[in-house]
Amino acid sequence: MSLIEVENLTVTFRVKGRAVQAVQDVSLSVDLRESYGLVGESGSGKSTILRAICGMAPVTAGTIRIDGETLPTPRGRAFSRQVQMVFQDPYASLHPRHTIDRTLSEPLAIHGLPGSDAKVVKALEDVGLPTSFRFRYPHQLSGGQRQRVAIARALMLEPSILLLDEPTSALDASVQAEVLNLLNRLREERGLTFLMVSHDLAVIDHMCDRVLVMQNGRAVEELSRDALASAQMTTDYARSLFDASADRMLAPARGA
Amino acid sequence: MTDAKPLLQVENLRVTFETETGPVKAVRGVSFSLGRERLGIVGESGSGKTMTGRAVLRLIRPPGRVEADSMIFDGQDLMAASDREMRALRGQRIGMVMQDPKYSLNPVMNVGDQLTEGLRQRDRIGRVEARAKAIAALEAVHIRDPERVMDAFPHELSGGMGQRVMIAMMLIPEPDLLIADEPTSALDVTVQAEVLSILDNLVRDRGMGLIFISHDLRLVSRFCDRVLVMYKGQVVEEIAAGDLLAAKHPYTQGLLNCLPRIGGARGPLPGLDRSGDWAKDATA
Amino acid sequence: MSTLTAWLTDPNPSSRRQAKLGQMWLAWLRIRRNRLAMAGLVIVALLLIAAAFAPWLAPHDPYMQDLSRRLLPPGTPGNLLGTDDFGRDILSRILYGSRITLYIVALVAVTAPVLGLLVGTVAGYFGGWVDAVLMRITDIFLAFPRLILALALVAVLGPGVENAVLAIALTAWPPYARVARAETLTVRNSDYIAAVRLQGASAPRIIAGHVVPMCLPSVIIRVTLDMAGVILIAAGLGFLGLGVQPPLPEWGLMISSGRQYLFEHWWVSTMPGLAIFIVSLGFNLLGDGLRDVLDPRSSGK
Repeated sequence: MSLIEVENLTVTFRVKGRAVQAVQDVSLSVDLRESYGLVGESGSGKSTILRAICGMAPVTAGTIRIDGETLPTPRGRAFSRQVQMVFQDPYASLHPRHTIDRTLSEPLAIHGLPGSDAKVVKALEDVGLPTSFRFRYPHQLSGGQRQRVAIARALMLEPSILLLDEPTSALDASVQAEVLNLLNRLREERGLTFLMVSHDLAVIDHMCDRVLVMQNGRAVEELSRDALASAQMTTDYARSLFDASADRMLAPARGA
Repeated sequence: MTDAKPLLQVENLRVTFETETGPVKAVRGVSFSLGRERLGIVGESGSGKTMTGRAVLRLIRPPGRVEADSMIFDGQDLMAASDREMRALRGQRIGMVMQDPKYSLNPVMNVGDQLTEGLRQRDRIGRVEARAKAIAALEAVHIRDPERVMDAFPHELSGGMGQRVMIAMMLIPEPDLLIADEPTSALDVTVQAEVLSILDNLVRDRGMGLIFISHDLRLVSRFCDRVLVMYKGQVVEEIAAGDLLAAKHPYTQGLLNCLPRIGGARGPLPGLDRSGDWAKDATA
Repeated sequence: MSTLTAWLTDPNPSSRRQAKLGQMWLAWLRIRRNRLAMAGLVIVALLLIAAAFAPWLAPHDPYMQDLSRRLLPPGTPGNLLGTDDFGRDILSRILYGSRITLYIVALVAVTAPVLGLLVGTVAGYFGGWVDAVLMRITDIFLAFPRLILALALVAVLGPGVENAVLAIALTAWPPYARVARAETLTVRNSDYIAAVRLQGASAPRIIAGHVVPMCLPSVIIRVTLDMAGVILIAAGLGFLGLGVQPPLPEWGLMISSGRQYLFEHWWVSTMPGLAIFIVSLGFNLLGDGLRDVLDPRSSGK
């Protein structure tokens, strides 16, 4: 059952009078509880698709449906209870002048949900942060800790869909591992559906069931995880992406 | 081809920043020597790897303080060198390539002017000859139409192109040592390979020493001869690149193992076990 | 005292108030390191003390005339800074005059930046025709020459301190609107604004709770640096007889009335002039120091 359906999506930006098509005629569908990846290099349009789903990009053609219903413009309150997003840069996605407590309780305040005190404490525990961090400011936390707060914030409204825009690319390798593990655990526990963007094929392979390779705004090839792992891609671009990524891996057979 | 005398020798390098909440020790006692080879310095953020590179070039300003028992480049004492002597060294004999050409190239000068600036002011070479050298340098980094690039501004270039211009700029004066600080981190994966191979060939052909600073352990191991692994300002392991899989230090092993692999297991990634003594010592 | 410091510098505050006060304490430590800023702070503090305690600090009544003691030079026993053309003690008049200066400064500081902030953030956040309309209004007010506006207001409403303040405030708010708009344009595209929009927040909530806090540092710095200008303008208006009326000891008025005695009895104009200079300098130094502390770019990640 498809939870997210994107059909022939085109997103056009006006830059200095010229029209730039960041996304051209892309279609995809994500099933309930699936983890779907979007991979590509810069300019591929992968992050733009996420923003288009959120209503933050100028869609000029195509439809987006969540749970069978076309999304209203503007998206509205109900949308924010269904879909939330984790942004790429942990240094930019938390308000620098708000304490963590305020950042986490704000979604509840906006929707008039009670019990924010207890919910904030539980949210911190769920993402593995000590509750003593509650009244810290973002600059008093490390990158990995901030990203955990961003994840906690995204889950405050208990959405069923989580959009992840390169959630670990700004983090150190060891911290990335922890955050990816956290995301997987939360997905298991809460039955979430993930739509995840990354430039890193290894991360996508670890986290996602299916992946769409994109280039210059177009969809190039969709691969299942098994196809990706066994290098069964049919297009040249997907293969070159795979080679460039795999090349950096220390293959187990090398040099030992 | 090992020189008896190393190109760069650093003993007990320390970099400290004075802040209003007390001194922050970015680099705590780093020692290494470098011949005409490729040395990788790997670490996460806060490990002090960038500060080490900058300290060699004496690019750290107050409130930062650089101290070392000795820091000798090709027989010249870098700690005792005056500002004028350092200026003569920088660019001429020691070059630095930084991460993002958007920020390291001057946005208001075109590429040609930036490439020839050093030649014309420092070496007093005439305009025509300087331009010829600049074009030769651009061709050496595999830029296909160097004439067009000479007249372009940095924001008109793609990331990979900008980084190649940066490398060309640093290699014109034919330095003996190149310090590359995350030179490919801001580039797309497919472009990274290309830029690295250019760097690879140039370093090899000119017999330069290279310090390659990165957070990417696997990349560095593929590209360098030796690797220094840093954590919180100290070197925790020094190892030949080929022996990386047999690394002994728990931090290095942790770094190697915690990355996801294509086709790897789906279970939780092994995290870094920071309970060892080496992590505790780090606050001294 | 050290338990208070420990409470302020606690890395894990247990309430929003403690967290906020802790940050302010750290900002204070940063200002303290800047000697010039501290000098400015001292000067401003002296202004406040002079204004608050003028009745006790002033050796004489600022309004009492003694024509037998006109135009005495500074250093005369009993008149440290001399007397003016009506025999009134200049030191006492300067001290009482600080109240008027402070009143003008405070009124302008409370009205102009607030209005400017409101206009600027709304214009910057909504963009489009809202931005265009608000910015054209801003431009109109920016184009008004202050003195002409003050003359017009005085002609309509009569002279006085409040009308002088009104004239100054009405022409002082446009730069704040511009500063606030510029900051808003930068902030508008950040991820944290996108995040809160995605949570379903309304525009007023976003502007008031998320955009304004980011504009505040620039506006505060601007206000402090503008204070010097405000004092000078008020003095200028007083000089022209458009604002404060005699016998009130406003510094600009004192300079004006001492004009005719400038060559032989220089202290009548010069002393209040020095007072203006010192206070303006104090505000400038403080503003520079605040910029080092509050500027988000230099406050480190």
